[in-house]
Amino acid sequence: MTGFLKVAWLVLRKDLRVESRSREMLSTTIFFAVSCVLVFSFGFVRGGRVVDGAVAGILWIAISFSGTLALARAFERERYHNVLGGLMLAPVHRPAIYLGKLLGLLLLLGIVEVVVVAMVAFLFQASLFQHFWRLLAILALGTIGFASVGTLFSAMLVRVKNRAVLLPVLLYPVTIPVLIMGVSGTAALLQPEPNLAMVQLWISLLFFFDTVFLTLALWTFEPVMTE
Amino acid sequence: MFELADFDEVTVSDVSRFYGRRRALAHISLTCSAGEITGLLGPNGAGKSTLLGLLATLTQSSVGEVRYGDRTTQQAGAALRAQVGFLSHDLQLYPELSARENLEFFAGLYGLDRAAERVVEALVSAGLNDRADDIVEGFSRGMRQRLALERALLHSPRLVLFDEPFTGLDEEACAALVARLRVLRAERRIILLATHDLDAVDGLLDRVVLLRQGRMCELGVGNSLRERYRAAIFAHGGGRQLEKGSSGEVAVESSPGDDPEELR
Repeated sequence: MTGFLKVAWLVLRKDLRVESRSREMLSTTIFFAVSCVLVFSFGFVRGGRVVDGAVAGILWIAISFSGTLALARAFERERYHNVLGGLMLAPVHRPAIYLGKLLGLLLLLGIVEVVVVAMVAFLFQASLFQHFWRLLAILALGTIGFASVGTLFSAMLVRVKNRAVLLPVLLYPVTIPVLIMGVSGTAALLQPEPNLAMVQLWISLLFFFDTVFLTLALWTFEPVMTE
Repeated sequence: MFELADFDEVTVSDVSRFYGRRRALAHISLTCSAGEITGLLGPNGAGKSTLLGLLATLTQSSVGEVRYGDRTTQQAGAALRAQVGFLSHDLQLYPELSARENLEFFAGLYGLDRAAERVVEALVSAGLNDRADDIVEGFSRGMRQRLALERALLHSPRLVLFDEPFTGLDEEACAALVARLRVLRAERRIILLATHDLDAVDGLLDRVVLLRQGRMCELGVGNSLRERYRAAIFAHGGGRQLEKGSSGEVAVESSPGDDPEELR
């Protein structure tokens, strides 16, 4: 039986190879995120002044909406020609397949976030880079929490006809805590006087959420995918 | 590491499979041994693909059990999957990857020794050596079918399950596949293939299982398999269904026949 991390790497490498050829998910996700931020910049910047507290919400809405778009397509390649059946038949730890898919999505969302953060910093004159490492921690942990649940749901819905409709319906109620923590942590960081104690609290809560949901997702992937 | 789960026999015991209230398989019992080719025949929707999916461990039975040697699917687990080669009606290939990349990916998942060498052998066997680095999306159906066949056999499985393996193949490729099946039989693989293409498997099958509406049926009376198939499907309103526990297996000696709607 092939090693857990090796399988995850094989799946990740395959996804990167396919994406590098089609650029289907990357281009649509970035386009959506950029459009989202641009629209908000017209609504929340008045007379050169940004509406108080809007930046954190805009940042996370762009990330979560574009992330949902990416998650909806996460297992499309496996659904096409039923390659998922081939993967399920391979003598591997099935959670390793989940991990490989999750890592691919995290990489994709990471690229999207680089673009979105730069745009938000520029369009909203937000001091996002003042506490760079803390912002990075909030974004990374928030994205892991969001994508870990989303990847599992995306896999669960791969054989369901109305999966595009069902994914957000299932995903948002479960990931709302992550999004609230992400928004709250980012908002605390962007105050004129950053509340670093609160930022630390939100980072700790995000870490806790990630640990719980990543463990649950790895644990439930096999039974979920076995009929 | 899991213990290698080799076996000489697959036994299906009184298996039924329901999808909600719909019955896909009912009271199926059969035994397939190493060195035999078993043909699954029957009209569309008879349950052939469901039975193959069940044997491939991708589906679970609602009632009854499948044993691989002396172990069930649950007892053998992932080690059993390493011994199963399944060519589904869907080809289970990534169209965005090249033929070589597809085979390399699955060779990696199966943790094969001499993976690169085996991939080259498979490409040669599929007749795709000169198109090895072309994207599968640009292949014809027959080329994809040949590649999918090699993907299913890449890890030298004990149990070979083919669902409509002749789809899209030209005459030469059909003959090559028949020759390949004979080699696999000589290597004592357990082979099940579902097909409507009786001409292609003429003289190849050691046993035939006829399914209709999820049940095993007896073949009808006739001089050839073709005639017996037609007799079962049409003359007797779908064939006499076997009693629970009957084997329903028929030794094949004569040439298979034709059904204008179901057979090519």
